[in-house]
Amino acid sequence: MSLWVDKHRPNLLNKLDYHKDQATHLKKLVHGGDFPHLLVYGPSGAGKKTRIMCLLRELYGSGVEKLRIEQHHFTTPSNKKLEISTISSNYHIEVNPSDVGNNDRVVIQELIKNVAQVNQLETSCQKDFKVVVLTEVDRLTKDAQHALRRTMEKYMATCRIILCCNSTSKVIPAIQSRCLGVRVAAPAVEEICKILQNVCKKEGLTLPTELAERIAKKSNRNLRRALLTCEACKVQQYPFSGDQDITEPDWELYLRETAALIVQQQTPKRLLEVRGRLYELLTHCIPPDIIMKGLVQELISNCDGELKIEVVQSAAYYEHRLQMGQKAIYHLEAFVAKFMAIYKRFLEDGIADLF
Amino acid sequence: MNYGDRQNNKKKYLTMQAFLKGGSTFSKNKEKTAPTTSKDAKDLKETKKHIPWVEKYRPRCVDDVAHQEEVVSVLKKSLEGEDLPNLLFYGPPGTGKTSTILAASRELFGADLVKQRVLELNASDERGIDVVRKKVKNFSQLTASGTRPNGKPCPPFKIVILDESDSMTRPAQAALRRTMEKQTKTTRFCLICNYVSRIIEPIASRCAKFRFMPLSVKTLGDRLKMICEKENIQCSEEAMTALIDTSGGDMRKAITYLQSASRLKVDEEITKTDIFEIAGVILDEVIDQLIKACHSDSYEKLGTCVKDIICDGHSAMQLITQLHDKIVQMEELDDKQKSIICEKLAIVDKCLMDGADEFLQIMALTGVMMQQICHEQK
Ligand SMILES: Nc1ncnc2c1ncn2[C@@H]1O[C@H](COP(=O)(O)OP(=O)(O)OP(=O)(O)O)[C@@H](O)[C@H]1O
Ligand SMILES: [Mg+2]
Repeated sequence: MSLWVDKHRPNLLNKLDYHKDQATHLKKLVHGGDFPHLLVYGPSGAGKKTRIMCLLRELYGSGVEKLRIEQHHFTTPSNKKLEISTISSNYHIEVNPSDVGNNDRVVIQELIKNVAQVNQLETSCQKDFKVVVLTEVDRLTKDAQHALRRTMEKYMATCRIILCCNSTSKVIPAIQSRCLGVRVAAPAVEEICKILQNVCKKEGLTLPTELAERIAKKSNRNLRRALLTCEACKVQQYPFSGDQDITEPDWELYLRETAALIVQQQTPKRLLEVRGRLYELLTHCIPPDIIMKGLVQELISNCDGELKIEVVQSAAYYEHRLQMGQKAIYHLEAFVAKFMAIYKRFLEDGIADLF
Repeated sequence: MNYGDRQNNKKKYLTMQAFLKGGSTFSKNKEKTAPTTSKDAKDLKETKKHIPWVEKYRPRCVDDVAHQEEVVSVLKKSLEGEDLPNLLFYGPPGTGKTSTILAASRELFGADLVKQRVLELNASDERGIDVVRKKVKNFSQLTASGTRPNGKPCPPFKIVILDESDSMTRPAQAALRRTMEKQTKTTRFCLICNYVSRIIEPIASRCAKFRFMPLSVKTLGDRLKMICEKENIQCSEEAMTALIDTSGGDMRKAITYLQSASRLKVDEEITKTDIFEIAGVILDEVIDQLIKACHSDSYEKLGTCVKDIICDGHSAMQLITQLHDKIVQMEELDDKQKSIICEKLAIVDKCLMDGADEFLQIMALTGVMMQQICHEQK
């Protein structure tokens, strides 16, 4: 049994539930049987991947839905062995080169170039090119991006590339210049409500409007998350009630508690304690930038006006260093220490003002 | 133009002078470019109809390259038989660097000989030290005669094109330097990059440097109009201006946008809004709303506004570019305030490039704006 997110994923451009204009545009774009390289960007859970699959389906027909998983092996110039898996059909191949970390350039040089060069499309197919879908392009190293540049131009006759990422800021200008950007905005809260209602109807369930709205609001406009939450709610209690508890992931609760600890006390001892908790989160694979943002949100709700700006400034500062540095824990801890200092000074000033 | 630029130009001018004067090393021959054009027609037919316009309208001969007069004149001299220096092309994407050298090689050697005489290594090839040592060396050691198989003369050297050299490591560049020194007789090198600072000085100083400028409004306009005519599409004057503005002097971008827009509007005129949408320009209303939130002196309001912009998928880079234009024009801010904000903007720009979180960075920037607007006395 598959999850609702997969089970009710639309597979045709004109079945997409929101951004219908854009879907029509995409349809027109592939209508001529051809399109430029695309750079599809938008926040996670906004439905980028679904849109891309619909596009491919429009282009090649249902054949693209016959997927197979393959393993590829490479050796880097320094003789390191790499393995990466791809998902492909007869018409397209999808790969996430950042799976191999800093060696992603080799994947681009070997795999992508090969696929682009060799035209293995069946003759029965009308199209004279195939499609390479690269996901998480914003995590590609600069080297790997450079390696894509000329490949994108040279083999244009036999291959189109669809790049998929959350933010275009990390995509080098030379790559952006070679693509048509397609922005996929996250669905609005009302749109999410409607989709939740629809999915429940298909499942033969009735979803009270109130609950749908609460789930949608809680999801931060992330459709995937909303659907998963909704399904979890169903498991917890059915028939639904408008005011039932919405299950939250454990780690979010844990993070909130951590923030509370920081606000409670600003001492080296507490810092050590917090460090342990941050480690715990990191070892559970919660991405450091998510931890940072979660902390900021909680901490700031405990601060006064101008203090908020100061806190967000230092969060931005340490998060940047986190991205540049090697170990996330250092920077998370540094931020917490900084916050403690700011907050303590604020409290002391407040007390001084009283006298 | 700043002082450094002028110095550079002067230096470039001198190098150019030196070699423009240099005697010709092979007989002057004006083989006309007519054969290439007829070949082009065949090329196009063979690759069927699905050829994107960027490739379809890639300059085929040096004369086709628009706006880069300086380099074109040098290359034309070499087509007429003069010697060619080592070249270093640099400039932003889509300004014709790759096209120029490819077109020049084709014209210098003719379509048949080009494969033997020109080695193109780009970032999609492995270019570590070993490759530079072995592959480039082996290639450049082969002697090259001054005639083509059909008896016509051609330059007695080979060309190694190192495209996208930005991504070559320093050790690999150092290895290249030795090879360049040794092979001056038989080989010319052409390095291409976006940022000239990525090329080590010993190499840069051995090349005639050419800066590829973002294309001018007129050049872009002329070429786009030419394409519109050939492809038989209608594009309003307004849309044309929008196209030129949003491309920022990048011809490749402009052409891609035009082709995409033409798909959306079959048999209809392309409008300004189509172009803005395709180019990912953020609507003025959105920016205004953000600026209004900065006036509210409420962190929560600002936070909600920024979150919405990010959820809408707008690129943070695009946002700060457009925000910058607004800030500079805001009358309520004095120069000092503007410079404080712009300094922060520069920091944020760098952080975003490094991959920092967009929400936090934009909050940091707009936070400074809010402070300046609501709390600083003028
Ligand atoms: N000066 C120019 N004259 C005519 N067409 C141009 C010019 N510059 C760019 N173009 C168009 O843009 C396309 C890309 O140009 P080209 O590949 O030469 O860019 P580039 O400078 O090598 O960019 P990058 O730095 O991204 O590699 C060409 O196919 C052509 O259609
Ligand atoms: Mg190029």
